[in-house]
Amino acid sequence: MDGIKLPAVMALLAGMLAGLGTFTFQYAQGLSYFSNDPQVCANCHVMREFLDSWQKSPHHGRATCNDCHVPHELLPKFVSKGQNGWNHSSKFTLQNFAEPIRITSANARRLEHNCIGCHQEMVGELFPSAPHGSSQDLHCVHCHAGVGHGPRR
Amino acid sequence: MNKKTRYAALVVVTAAATFGVTALLMNVAERKHEARQTHLELVKLTEETVDPVEWGKNFQRQFDGYRRTVDIERTRFGGSEAFSKLESDPMLKRIFAGYAFAIEFNEERGHAYSLRDQDETERVKQRPQPGSCLHCHASVIPAYRKAGSGDVMKGFEIVSAMKWADARKLVDHPVACIDCHDPTTMQLRVTRPGFLLGIREYMKTQGIANYDPNAQATRQEMRSFVCGQCHVEYYFRKPDKVVTYPWSKGLKVEEIEAYYDSVRFTDWVHAETGAPMLKAQHPEFEMWSQGIHARSGVACADCHMPYMRQGAMKISDHHVRSPLLNIERACLTCHPFPAQEMKARAELIQERNLKLLQRAETALVDLYDAVRAGRAAGVDSAAFARAGTFELQKKAQFRMDFVNAENSMGFHAPQEAARILGEAIDYARQGQIGARLLAAHHATAGRP
Repeated sequence: MDGIKLPAVMALLAGMLAGLGTFTFQYAQGLSYFSNDPQVCANCHVMREFLDSWQKSPHHGRATCNDCHVPHELLPKFVSKGQNGWNHSSKFTLQNFAEPIRITSANARRLEHNCIGCHQEMVGELFPSAPHGSSQDLHCVHCHAGVGHGPRR
Repeated sequence: MNKKTRYAALVVVTAAATFGVTALLMNVAERKHEARQTHLELVKLTEETVDPVEWGKNFQRQFDGYRRTVDIERTRFGGSEAFSKLESDPMLKRIFAGYAFAIEFNEERGHAYSLRDQDETERVKQRPQPGSCLHCHASVIPAYRKAGSGDVMKGFEIVSAMKWADARKLVDHPVACIDCHDPTTMQLRVTRPGFLLGIREYMKTQGIANYDPNAQATRQEMRSFVCGQCHVEYYFRKPDKVVTYPWSKGLKVEEIEAYYDSVRFTDWVHAETGAPMLKAQHPEFEMWSQGIHARSGVACADCHMPYMRQGAMKISDHHVRSPLLNIERACLTCHPFPAQEMKARAELIQERNLKLLQRAETALVDLYDAVRAGRAAGVDSAAFARAGTFELQKKAQFRMDFVNAENSMGFHAPQEAARILGEAIDYARQGQIGARLLAAHHATAGRP
């Protein structure tokens, strides 16, 4: 190995890996996941029918995916995006998830929180003491099932 | 650890990481590719391409599902195993006395068996059948076109009038791709002449003249019509044996019955009583049309061929089967409940239907006994016919059979099935009472 220094080879390898990693990230539209664009949610194809049905729903003109499904505060928002991003990408890559897909209880709580966030004036009186989103509560979408994704097929 | 080993370890780690990242990259690329391209045309398909294997070269995923229709799997009341219904319900032997269904009556198997089952059934082996059967048991349209020198409708009439054994030589494949799909666009289409003529007659009752489903039906309607090509009530028109769907007065059981009465058609004479009878075939399309799912716009394919995801692709499951074997996809897309709950709901509906069905069968058998007792007492056929006993038996039996032959154990329209069975029981008991009165009258005053 005369003339070639091992650290230089290592740096080269690491650089290649970094380059490949960056390309993959870019190719998979990694940066888009930091945005609020609803199209991004259908990047991985599974969410296509949810995006389609949202476009036919009453909330289409007022609220996007993130407005309902992700906390609005910066830190909780990215914690939620991180958790769901990991769950979605690993499960979709490994193709090991049950269908039809259902909202998790943690995400259902976030959703409920956002319903009340916007409709506070209307529903504030309905929740005198119980903290919203606990499992004993009736969820808004139990009755208002069609508001986000249109009527069921 | 010396420097060299450390470097070696670093190379291994980097290699593993690169391996992982590349694998991910390829996975993402593959999914993106799947989402863009739904199929690759390797074979040119035409109206003469009957063999589903050829279609499968272009549509591997759908073909894979189609081939799975060879499966043999039972549900509680049906499924795809050819179990004998005569053994599971011995009353049926008396109910079909004198007719081919008393020889053999098995549960249907999947689409892949549709031609072989017809070859093997004792109903065809022991009783001569016409070429009409091919209408639904084979991929038959090119054979019709050939027989009619280019005219499918003409060929349909010619082949229907042939002997089964002669007509059978014209076809090679069971129900297949070309029966429901346009070979160039893959659009759903209706090919069966019987359905085209039948639905036109039915649409007339709805105030629509010259209805052509291929031009006028919505895509969602087509997702039921393609199934309704065969899963229907039909009869072989006399004398030319042309397959005819009795829909010109409507799709409900009494409207179909009224049609048969108007053309004075009966299938056979009951061997125990001597009454002329109607045999119901498998009126799934008609029964479904009276149910809540049809009313809500749910098509046959929504439950029997639900959408499924393969990677980034969405296809409809061509493994056509009972939704009870695929509850997650068939039911849970619309009903947000656990699969166990949906299965329990369906089976509860079916169990209740079975109870009513058994009552109707028992009522019919009691009617036969009353007629036999009457005959023993000297009442003749003319007297039974005059008293309306035979007509009541025909009405009761056609209704019982309409639910029994319909392959959902009442699920396709539970309330309609219950209404029909309620009428069946009523007519059978009326007939039984009439027969008893006749016998009693004959024993006292009527004796010469």
